[in-house]
Amino acid sequence: MGKVFQKPEAMSSNHTHYCPGCTHGIIHRLIAEVIDELGIMGNTVGIAPVGCAVLAYNYFECDFQEAAHGRAPAMATGIKRVRPDLTVFTYQGDGDLASIGMGEIIHAANRGEKFTTIFVNNAVYGMTGGQMAPTTMPNQKTSTSPFGRDVESVGMPMKVAELLSALQTPAFITRQTVIKPKYITRTKKSIKKAFEYQLANKCFSLVEVVSTCPTNWGMTSLDAIKWTEETLLPYYELGDKKLPE
Amino acid sequence: MAYKYELDPERCKGCGLCTAVCPKKVLDMADKVNSKGYFPAYQKNPGDCVFCTTCCMMCPDVAITISETEAA
Amino acid sequence: MGKILMKGNEAIGEAAIRAGCLNYFAYPITPQSEVAEYLSKRLPEVDGVFLQAESEVAVAYMIFGASGAGERVFTTSSSPGISLMCEGLSYVACAECPAVYVNIIRGGPGLGGILPSQADYFQATKGGGHGDYRLIVMAPDTVQEAVEMVMRAFPLAEKYRNPVMILGDGLIGQMMEPVEFPDHLKTEPSNKNDWATTGMDTRKSKTKNIVKSLFLDPAELYKKNIILKEKYDIIKEEEVMYDTYNMDVDYKMLIVSYGTMSRVCSTAIDLMKADGFEVGMLRPQTLFPFPEKEIFAAAQKESVKMLASIEMSMGQMVEDVERSVKGTRPVEWYGKAGGEVPTPEEVIEAVTSMYNKECA
Repeated sequence: MGKVFQKPEAMSSNHTHYCPGCTHGIIHRLIAEVIDELGIMGNTVGIAPVGCAVLAYNYFECDFQEAAHGRAPAMATGIKRVRPDLTVFTYQGDGDLASIGMGEIIHAANRGEKFTTIFVNNAVYGMTGGQMAPTTMPNQKTSTSPFGRDVESVGMPMKVAELLSALQTPAFITRQTVIKPKYITRTKKSIKKAFEYQLANKCFSLVEVVSTCPTNWGMTSLDAIKWTEETLLPYYELGDKKLPE
Repeated sequence: MAYKYELDPERCKGCGLCTAVCPKKVLDMADKVNSKGYFPAYQKNPGDCVFCTTCCMMCPDVAITISETEAA
Repeated sequence: MGKILMKGNEAIGEAAIRAGCLNYFAYPITPQSEVAEYLSKRLPEVDGVFLQAESEVAVAYMIFGASGAGERVFTTSSSPGISLMCEGLSYVACAECPAVYVNIIRGGPGLGGILPSQADYFQATKGGGHGDYRLIVMAPDTVQEAVEMVMRAFPLAEKYRNPVMILGDGLIGQMMEPVEFPDHLKTEPSNKNDWATTGMDTRKSKTKNIVKSLFLDPAELYKKNIILKEKYDIIKEEEVMYDTYNMDVDYKMLIVSYGTMSRVCSTAIDLMKADGFEVGMLRPQTLFPFPEKEIFAAAQKESVKMLASIEMSMGQMVEDVERSVKGTRPVEWYGKAGGEVPTPEEVIEAVTSMYNKECA
């Protein structure tokens, strides 16, 4: 019994700047593992958002572009349309995708653009210091909702996976999490499935990954895992929301 | 088949996620900081490790690798 | 093939294809939606890429992505649309990607109007986006020149890895004039493999290319700004283009005017010649790099008493004319905005009063 475990080739050996316990690092590794397993590193172009993952290009070994805030789906569209042979993925946070970039992601999904989006939902703006995001929970305190998110004033948190699944164009849309090993294996399967839909030129694919932000939630890494399980997962239900078939 | 377990204390940020998921309670946090000021995880009970890679999967920083070695 | 009668907007679309650019992302906006309409039929015929985006903001980043992947790409829009693309222009300039943008200017500011204007001069030449960046800006005065400028824009953008903007106006877009598409202006894309995200498999180096504009280390960002400035200084030295009218004879007044406005001025100059008015005109074809030295030299001519910047705006290029003349001669402005195109008679009236004051 026992298995080997190595850093995937598509992942660089640089230490990441992410905070201790931040699950970005896990998600990066899963993407890199999938790129390795599909053998597409030399053909892949990633697109970094504006947010904590803005430096993602330092952590992958494939070609990368860096988008303006919220515009990664438009850049991915531009690349994929002129070079449909390239494998393209965007890596975006909740402020990037669901706030400033909502227009871009909805229209890219609705056009059925054949790229893959990895959407990291950690309920706050990380890089800029923990401000309220479209996915911040009711009553959740953040640096711009110091008294807790007031749904009367700013509405309910957005369920992006369900929102995009309401579009009529076929797509693969799923919500997963990486807060526990059992979930990590499922997230990896979903990421691989998403990339495989792209390689088969089948449909737009998006994997929403419920994640932690210990620093801006003001919690230890382990408490953040617990809070995610108790507070986020009941609201952001896991599972496939839309399949192209 | 023998396995070699390596936890790079310099890559570890001391988040403790690995210690929480290890099914054999092998891992714990050191009491000496690494060069970045984090208390890294380490194998407190290496003999109990079954090389299941659960900790490797949970680690956000790929600080843990397990490789095969010739039968000792 | 001989000349064919074509609407400016459609000729601009065809010019891109004839230059070797088969990728177009755009959003409808009067007065240039016909480019998209034309290319939506034409590009599929040549296995090109046509996509109508959800907004000009999205267009700006489809252009950036495609250009960053090493492919020739262009877009057309009009004033408010170009405003939405200005953030993208700053990113493309900083990431040093080649891309071509056509602005068929309409009256502004705000939602403005849909008739011809030159009121986006500052936006194009002084930077509508953030940071120290420049666009190479060319301004055609005929549909034929628009065609040639569009065709030349692609190798020019690639030569400098910089965005190039063609500044037309509603008239250039909506007029029909005879055009031809010179074969020698068709070029192959170049200068892309060592930096673009073409996919590592396509490159011997097998090392990743990163197209980005974030430089958190101020020393690195300052270095990038120096690189850009050196590029712009070379552009100022080597890429100035201008035309002259009635400057081979003595002139007491030098008009500086471009695009549609310069055509009205040349008619006015001819009509005034009969009445003994000695007026010459220098027509900038590139607005950046601006023909500063040439305007300064022309202004030093013994006979010259004053210059006039005549433009379809409330006075923007006049500042560059003043800067070029360095106070050695008085510089006046005349123009109308909002979609009003001055008639030759209106130009004559304005020029006559200036002339009588300064040059009589």
